[in-house]
Amino acid sequence: MNNSTTMLRRNFKHTIRNPVAVFNAVLFPIVILLMFVYVIGGAFDIGGHYIDYATPGMIVLTICYGLSATALAVNSDMTKGIINRFKVMDISRSAVLSAHVAAGMLRSLIAVAAILGVAFALGFRPAASSPQWLGAIGLIVLVALATSWITVALGLAAKTPESAGMAAVPLIMLPFLSSAIVPAATMGPGVRQFAEYQPFTPIIETLRGLLTGAPSAGSAIVAVAWCVGIALVGYLWSLSTFKKRA
Amino acid sequence: MNSSAIAASGLRKAYHDKVVLDGIDLDVAAGTIFSLLGPNGAGKTTTVNVLTTLIKADGGTARVAGHDVATETRAVRAAIGVTGQFAAVDELLTGRENLQLMADLQRLGPDRSKRIVTDLLERFDLTDSAQKMAATYSGGMRRKLDLAMTLVGTPRIIFLDEPTTGLDPRSRRTMWDIIRQLVAEGVTIFLTTQYLDEADRLADRIAVLDQGKLVAQGTPAELKRQIPGSHVRLRFAGDLEFDSAMRILTDSTRDEEDLVLRVPSDGGAKSVRALLDTLDDHSIEVEEFSVHMPDLDDVFLALTGRTSTKVNAS
Repeated sequence: MNNSTTMLRRNFKHTIRNPVAVFNAVLFPIVILLMFVYVIGGAFDIGGHYIDYATPGMIVLTICYGLSATALAVNSDMTKGIINRFKVMDISRSAVLSAHVAAGMLRSLIAVAAILGVAFALGFRPAASSPQWLGAIGLIVLVALATSWITVALGLAAKTPESAGMAAVPLIMLPFLSSAIVPAATMGPGVRQFAEYQPFTPIIETLRGLLTGAPSAGSAIVAVAWCVGIALVGYLWSLSTFKKRA
Repeated sequence: MNSSAIAASGLRKAYHDKVVLDGIDLDVAAGTIFSLLGPNGAGKTTTVNVLTTLIKADGGTARVAGHDVATETRAVRAAIGVTGQFAAVDELLTGRENLQLMADLQRLGPDRSKRIVTDLLERFDLTDSAQKMAATYSGGMRRKLDLAMTLVGTPRIIFLDEPTTGLDPRSRRTMWDIIRQLVAEGVTIFLTTQYLDEADRLADRIAVLDQGKLVAQGTPAELKRQIPGSHVRLRFAGDLEFDSAMRILTDSTRDEEDLVLRVPSDGGAKSVRALLDTLDDHSIEVEEFSVHMPDLDDVFLALTGRTSTKVNAS
């Protein structure tokens, strides 16, 4: 068994023994979805069923919401000294970090499956073909990977668990300031430009395009480029922080 | 590999403009206990971090198990075990799982790792709590588990950074026994401590670290010769008693203003009883009596002219 598998098993055990974190990661996005579909969304005119518009955004929001748990887990390894134990052992440098990323992604995917289930129950009817579904799933995994790596970096850089939790907040808030809930075009000046150019809008637009059966190649390229860029920055930043902090 | 398990020369480390290590030279013979003694902030942990490849020194060289700590990090890591100042256990895993994790990371194989884990749990008296999460362990149990985790890979050189700080006296003794056992098995121990008695009891050689510099190095006996020894302090009610006691206890030092005599003594019950009997035989009344053992403060006062508390303050 190699180091990464061993570490991954450790993180899975943590996830299983901390069911509150998983429950929280699943429950909160469902509450938001219900609130927007039943309470607030009725007032939005987006042309078509609001649940079909909102679900792709909710999926991304779900991924981001789960990130604070990853930031906390990484930071608690760092501040409680166990990282130093791993560092003075002759084991792969990236095993510790990639295990956190994998565990974070697993939590995200469980939560995404739950939110999709609820969305279907509420009348979400995607028109995607099988290859489009595959594309959508691929993008979801890619978003989870990219945001997890950047969160691991934030968790490593934070001095305390509290600040690690805070560091993940901008990532949790960003999808709200995108086309997740309403089209960017309906927003006020300033916010609109921000929403149009931030990474989550092309990501959500691509996902929405795939799920409604009308994908746009332009936004897909931008979305994938953002994801790869964020993942790469997160990975390099994580590794350099990991090596530096003793 | 020669007989040095750890050899360092001219180690330097500074954070911004604060010098933490200012030219450290060390030589630890294989199979011995070496103790680095010093107050908080002296640079003990930094020294351990450099020797265990956690941080890079700005200058100087160090070889551990014959390998350079800066260029052959993997070979060094494979040879050492480290137990840091704070118990580095995984709180969400049980005691057994923590040990199993170490065994898996070192790819010991299922049969060997099972045997090692079971042996260690037994040796450290943790078998009863093996299935409980480490979060529920007491401070002493955590330290024991922490050290057990370090021993999983049977390292030949073990670094212990203040292994007994914050432990109750009983757990402290258990820890000392374990350390002695390890050395009996041929392991080399590099131990840092703030306690003179700990270094005195355990170490073959002691180095005293003060503000990033080694101010003294030697066997405990050599070192104790440099510092004022333990003594019994006697205070008398009047000049009469003081003068007659002074005539009997010829090796004492006197403080006439306070009517105090300091008599060199190992502080043990036997020698103290002998001293009191002598005074009794001569019917000399002692008003106040106390035994004074040298501590880290005395060492620092003797070696640097400052007390360690002042070092902390500055």
